[in-house]
Amino acid sequence: MKAERRRKLSEWLVTLPSFLWLLLLFLVPTALVFAIMFKPATPYGGIGEGWTLATLRTLGNPNYPAIVARTLWLSVAATALCILLATPMGYYMARVSPARRRLVLLLVILPFWTSFLVRIFAWKVLLHPEGMLKHGLVLLGLIAPETSLLYNAYAVLLVMVYTELPFAILPIYAASEKFDFRLIEAAKDLGATSFLAFRKIFLPGIRVGLLTAFLMVFIPSLGSYVIPDIVGGPTSEMIGNKIAQRTFVDRNLPHAAGLSALLTVAVLIPMVAITALRRKESPKDALREEGV
Amino acid sequence: MKPSRLPLIVTWAVIAFFYVPIVILVANSFNSSRFGGSWESTSLKWYVRLMNEPSIWHALTNTLAIATAATLISMVLGTSAAFALHRFAGSKLQKLHYSIIYTPLVLPEILMGLSMLLFFVALKVQLGLATIAVAHVTFCLSYVAMTVLARLQDFDFAIIEAAQDLGAGWWTTVWKVLLPMLAPGILAGGLLAFTLSIDDFVISFFVAGPGSTTLPIKIYSMIKYGAPPLINALSTILLAITFLCVIASQYLSNRGRPAA
Repeated sequence: MKAERRRKLSEWLVTLPSFLWLLLLFLVPTALVFAIMFKPATPYGGIGEGWTLATLRTLGNPNYPAIVARTLWLSVAATALCILLATPMGYYMARVSPARRRLVLLLVILPFWTSFLVRIFAWKVLLHPEGMLKHGLVLLGLIAPETSLLYNAYAVLLVMVYTELPFAILPIYAASEKFDFRLIEAAKDLGATSFLAFRKIFLPGIRVGLLTAFLMVFIPSLGSYVIPDIVGGPTSEMIGNKIAQRTFVDRNLPHAAGLSALLTVAVLIPMVAITALRRKESPKDALREEGV
Repeated sequence: MKPSRLPLIVTWAVIAFFYVPIVILVANSFNSSRFGGSWESTSLKWYVRLMNEPSIWHALTNTLAIATAATLISMVLGTSAAFALHRFAGSKLQKLHYSIIYTPLVLPEILMGLSMLLFFVALKVQLGLATIAVAHVTFCLSYVAMTVLARLQDFDFAIIEAAQDLGAGWWTTVWKVLLPMLAPGILAGGLLAFTLSIDDFVISFFVAGPGSTTLPIKIYSMIKYGAPPLINALSTILLAITFLCVIASQYLSNRGRPAA
């Protein structure tokens, strides 16, 4: 009895510091977003007294459905492309020699550690109207000199894939590494083609990795803001850009909170769905995968 | 049947895709032409200009101060969190604890940025270096906790019991046995926190106040409002530093582990 109480006490003691910190600085502020969207804005950019539905009404702004739709298609496309590229990479990395595998892993991790802004900027330089890529493509006659590679939705998609790809590669690689490749050989011995074995045996085998990759790419993509801000134009704005504009340009915090609340709900749906799915699949693995 | 060469081709094509923009950026930092459309001449003039830009040095000082504070605090909080998650795994409290540590890792940064801005505005806290540091601890904590937790998976708790059987008190066990054995994991987590803090733009931008410009905020305004060649030079320096840090952390987190 006494030992049990001591154990509980020490559990609380080591849990409390991080728990309280996150409760106060993560959960409370997130709840605050939902509260402040019902507050009036003051002319000086603050939060007024009383409650109002003004923000909720302005969310009916006719520009918003187009922006929400764009945010969704860009995120879906970026996630699909990342998984499409990361799956053969995971397969390759799981099958090569350990030395080669370490090299590829290091090469994948390095850009992921380098400055986010620097990587986006590198693309801005590359796609710039006076940049190298544009010159080359015009010389080859592939594009007309007046074509702009920058400031459109495809540039945003390209850079999103560039920055998110490591988040797809790592979980897919982690799952592939645990996959028993003898199963593929067995399938082939039984007459399956390489592609059939890949599709029917390998893909289901790394399902947990694919789900994690989906989560790690899709959710941050929904909240993209810097990428469309730097390489996108007015026709490629996403929800994130609107949140930033309401915060920094119009200084209407309740409105920014309303958009954030919308984004939070959009993010929580796939997150809860996938976590539940993964728990059901393999409760033990799920915990370990998340630790990657 | 011959194995498909497709995975090999995709892998190296993706790696080329990762590095081509970086290599061009680094090369351009030594090019005296403004946009690198053509190679004028090799020069260090952008580096010289960079050295004479006091606002960059000021931003760098702010960034390092924030990163140091955020790293130290998140190392303490993250390590105790990882210990709790591992030691008391399975309890209701730890399941909840795990979700509030895990969620900030996947949530878009802009949500954390805005929610913390609202929090500080509601409490009428003056925005500045301190608010940025507090915001950084909030996301760094999760990364440290996850890194240390991964390390704890191969930790043998029999050693702790052995120490206690031999008469070590609680304090001695923690200081002389547990922490030294976890040190590589804690350091790797700290290094990760430090790098993430130095690199963070979105959250910092939301909770920054007048006079608390950090390096990423400075780089962002340079990208938005001119001076591309200067950023090339600055980026090259940053790339060199991060590459060194990654190699150091790889070394730390692999040390003492069987070769993978």
